[in-house]
Amino acid sequence: MVNYAINKITLRQRLREYKKKPISFLLLLIVGLAALFSATALVFIIIYIIIMGVPHLTPDLFALKYNSDNVSCMPAIINTLIITVLTLIISVPFGIGSAIYLVEYAKRGNKFVKVIRTMAETLSGIPSIVYGLFGMLFFVTALHWRISLLAGAFTLAIMVLPTIMRTTEEALITVPDSYREGSFGLGAGKLRTIIKIILPSAMPGILAGIILAVGRIAGETAALLYTSGSATGTVSSIMDSGRTLAIHMYVLANEGLHTDQAWGTAVVLLILVLVINTLSAFIAKKLSSKN
Amino acid sequence: MRLNRIKEMAMQGVFLLTAITSIAAVVLICIFLFYNGVPAITEIGFLNFVGGQKWAPTNVPASYGILNMIIGSIYVTAGAVVVGVPIGVLTAVFLARFCPAPLYKVLKPATELLAGIPSIVYGFFGLMVIVPFIREHFGGGSSLLAASFVLGIMILPTIIGVSESAIRAVPESYYEGALALGATRERSVFKAILPASKSGILAGVVLGTGRAIGETMAVILIAGNQVQIPSSLTDGVRTLTANIVLEMGYSTGLHRQALIATGVVLFVFILIITLSMQAIKSRSEKYG
Repeated sequence: MVNYAINKITLRQRLREYKKKPISFLLLLIVGLAALFSATALVFIIIYIIIMGVPHLTPDLFALKYNSDNVSCMPAIINTLIITVLTLIISVPFGIGSAIYLVEYAKRGNKFVKVIRTMAETLSGIPSIVYGLFGMLFFVTALHWRISLLAGAFTLAIMVLPTIMRTTEEALITVPDSYREGSFGLGAGKLRTIIKIILPSAMPGILAGIILAVGRIAGETAALLYTSGSATGTVSSIMDSGRTLAIHMYVLANEGLHTDQAWGTAVVLLILVLVINTLSAFIAKKLSSKN
Repeated sequence: MRLNRIKEMAMQGVFLLTAITSIAAVVLICIFLFYNGVPAITEIGFLNFVGGQKWAPTNVPASYGILNMIIGSIYVTAGAVVVGVPIGVLTAVFLARFCPAPLYKVLKPATELLAGIPSIVYGFFGLMVIVPFIREHFGGGSSLLAASFVLGIMILPTIIGVSESAIRAVPESYYEGALALGATRERSVFKAILPASKSGILAGVVLGTGRAIGETMAVILIAGNQVQIPSSLTDGVRTLTANIVLEMGYSTGLHRQALIATGVVLFVFILIITLSMQAIKSRSEKYG
């Protein structure tokens, strides 16, 4: 059979080419090695933690009660759930609302929009420890909420706001204008169009953003250390202090007394966050392949 | 009809209000940090605070100099950049130009997952694996070297993501032109495409720098936290972020305020980085 592909060269031809130009081959090699390093780093960290941690995933680790002999991570898991739900309740309406304003209402080239974008970008660049300081000064001290899950949730809500905002914005932008025109043409108002037409079609993208935010909340430590604190045990109200899984992990690692349990907790935390992130990426990908 | 109009207007107002929250948040953060931190700086004296080498808040009389921590943060960040930038940019080159499609489907999500690992897990991994490794082979253990290495890996996804999209944004004609002039594929990529995407790559590096300087939990576990200017790679360092977390728990009075002021200094660093980031972006939008 005759090969008609003109630009295709065989491996042997390419190798001969590289023999003549060793520098090019060297470049290819270091580029490949760099990529290999990045991939290996991920695989190594995940596999190492799983191998070291899985043997320590004992029923004791998931006992309902925490005490200093058995550093169960169950209360921390429950606290993480509570704080995640609280944070989402606060941040999702604001994130989606601002994205709707930016995409659907604001006029193009509006100065005000530029200011909001700049601020959101600034927010996403602020390190979590600075959020933690702010939460401590504002929610814990100035508003007298003391160190509590609520203070932690509000602090995290500000932290994940730019994430939810940006992903929602992107999702809204991908909704074709014909949807809007069709809805207006049928006599629907702007509000109705947004609620009945645009939001449902942008939902997967918004959801992917929210799940991404959940991943950040679950893994956050520095912002929570002085806002929701590191009290052990389950909370009786959201005004109580309670440690999340990530903080639990930090305390264990820092004390150095319960290394086995720390490995086990690391596995739980790592798998939780990885599953959340993969889920988010999966939903986002489904969305992009649909369009 | 009128009712509908009112409803529309009201909801537009509500959306506008939610949009203002991010402005309000930034303003509130600035006000509260500066209001609580600046009095301490004026009491200690700006030069004594930023330029002082002695950090002994529990001494009588106490001294509050954070120069060692500022330099510690700069060293650790520089170390992370040295480790993360070459690997990150080269990985981005591979992903954008050399990666076979089936491999890309695995490699790209992998680099993104790297961003999802919580910093405390990186810290714990560093503490249990990297630090013992360094202790065995170089001596020292918890050190600038350990922190630089782990942070370098942590900023990889940021650098890879931004650099890859910058490389992909370069028109294909640059590459084809170089090929047509007889350059090899690799030469075309490195000599024609990379220079054209340098402002985008720079943006990625700046973003990664911001991540590294603000990183807290991983650094605390592996950097050693000694208040000193490290004289070698295996010496311990304390960063600004570590200083805040380590001592905030038991501090009172001026000590506590000095820690908040440490946060202010960190915040100013971050603001400078964010501003330069935006400057790079608007420049690259202008000149393409």
